[in-house]
Amino acid sequence: MLGSCALVESDTADCSEPVSIRLSEVTVAFGGQAALDSVSLSLAPGRITAILGPSGCGKSTLLRVVAGLQAATSGSIGFHTPSTSRPQLPPGELGYVFQDAALLPWRTAWENVLLPLELLGQLAKQPRRELAAQQLRGVGLAEADWQKLSSELSGGMRMRVSIARALTTDPSVLLLDEPFSALDDILRRRLGDLVLQLWRQRARTIVLVTHNIDEAILLSDHLVVMGQGRIATEMDIDLQQQGHADPRRTQQFTDLYAEVAEALREAVR
Amino acid sequence: MSEQKKASSQPAGVQGVVIAALPVIAVAILFVLSWHLGVRWSGIHPILLPAPGEVAKSAWENRATLMTATWVTGRAALAGFLASTLGGSLIALAFSQSRHIRNAFYPYVIFLQTVPIIAIAPLLINWFGYEFSTVVYITVIISLFPIISNVTVGLVAVEQSRADLFRVYRAGRWKTLLKLRIPAAIPNLLLGMRISSGLAVVGAIIGDFFVGSGSKYNGLGTLMTEWGALQKTADLIGTLGAATLLGVAFFASVNLLAFLLRRRWLP
Repeated sequence: MLGSCALVESDTADCSEPVSIRLSEVTVAFGGQAALDSVSLSLAPGRITAILGPSGCGKSTLLRVVAGLQAATSGSIGFHTPSTSRPQLPPGELGYVFQDAALLPWRTAWENVLLPLELLGQLAKQPRRELAAQQLRGVGLAEADWQKLSSELSGGMRMRVSIARALTTDPSVLLLDEPFSALDDILRRRLGDLVLQLWRQRARTIVLVTHNIDEAILLSDHLVVMGQGRIATEMDIDLQQQGHADPRRTQQFTDLYAEVAEALREAVR
Repeated sequence: MSEQKKASSQPAGVQGVVIAALPVIAVAILFVLSWHLGVRWSGIHPILLPAPGEVAKSAWENRATLMTATWVTGRAALAGFLASTLGGSLIALAFSQSRHIRNAFYPYVIFLQTVPIIAIAPLLINWFGYEFSTVVYITVIISLFPIISNVTVGLVAVEQSRADLFRVYRAGRWKTLLKLRIPAAIPNLLLGMRISSGLAVVGAIIGDFFVGSGSKYNGLGTLMTEWGALQKTADLIGTLGAATLLGVAFFASVNLLAFLLRRRWLP
């Protein structure tokens, strides 16, 4: 697999290093109303963090701040590797999967996956094509569907393409903003398994925003519960390390679910 | 559940076109039949309303004149339509670059839409004479607005998540315009072209009304003025038919373009 260092120019020579993200007292206010209220959070390198909370609690705003799509009213954010610290990652070092997939409808699945490389001006045509093919295979999209437009793809296929596109530049950090919220349960599970599989293969720092407790427990090893623009609680989850065939059937899952549900109730109270 | 997308149940291609055209043809036949029977049973004077057969006969006799006039008006309409499409798209591109530019200039574009062409046409004749180009200018004034307004909306109203995607990769203004805003505006351009194509034909005929009176120019509008004054109603309706066919040809051409681009741009 081509690593990001093979893709990006010299200013990202340390790009294969694991990246941690630190937010210090970040506040985002819209018209005097705080969407994020002095949030401090540390996201360890190579971990998969789920941000859980009800609609309007500020979890998507948090993700947008990390992505550089939303400026903080106050506070700071830093991306740290063992050798560097910077306020934002170089372009291509961060992948973002949007809730609505955000595919360009006039482009085929294949062309959508190529887009980040075109925007970044990375690689010659042939290696780009090879990389796009690799990503599409990686997310399990059948070759017969590569030349289809987004209107010809199902919701699940569109999300697969969106994930493949976010991975094309082999980013150190992958952000997913409620990527499965519009899908049915079976597709949710399939795509959740896909995200876990990619995480195990690549060991990148992943942040998943969700309002689904099951998803947050099953797809993370670090869970952050948010409510009213603040972090209510954080917990480490080792369900993934246990290697259960179906973790939902374990007592540990049941206990965790109850604990998280209670934390969520407290957060919105 | 399968991730496969379900196929559409709509008939496609030639079969679809034929199925769509059948009711339209049926209405046309019904209209001509009612017209014929209405004229026959009411005994209305042919100067007021001739029978369809009489109109067809006079149109056949005047076919050379009608074809020449349709060609003249068609050329002016086409030139005006192409100029509106190109010029309107360029103006919309400029508008999309800044809210301040839009705020400053958009009222003047609305002025262009609301100005009565009857008032401005004599001025254009004063400036440019009884020429083909004057008819084209009148056509442009009439058909420009739908292109500007629709393309501006298409360029500006890009979905937030798609715009954010480009920001994540720090695509600059130029790349965002080229790879996101312009492609996203193509359905709006096609919509503007559909409206503008009909207006271009109307504009060219109105241009004929004014410029044709100088006798150097013989478009459909000129024929309408002359034959109307001479109460040659059958000839006049024949001209109306030619103008309608010209309008349909323009509209059909734009629809054909939209049909060819439908897979990517009008799914």
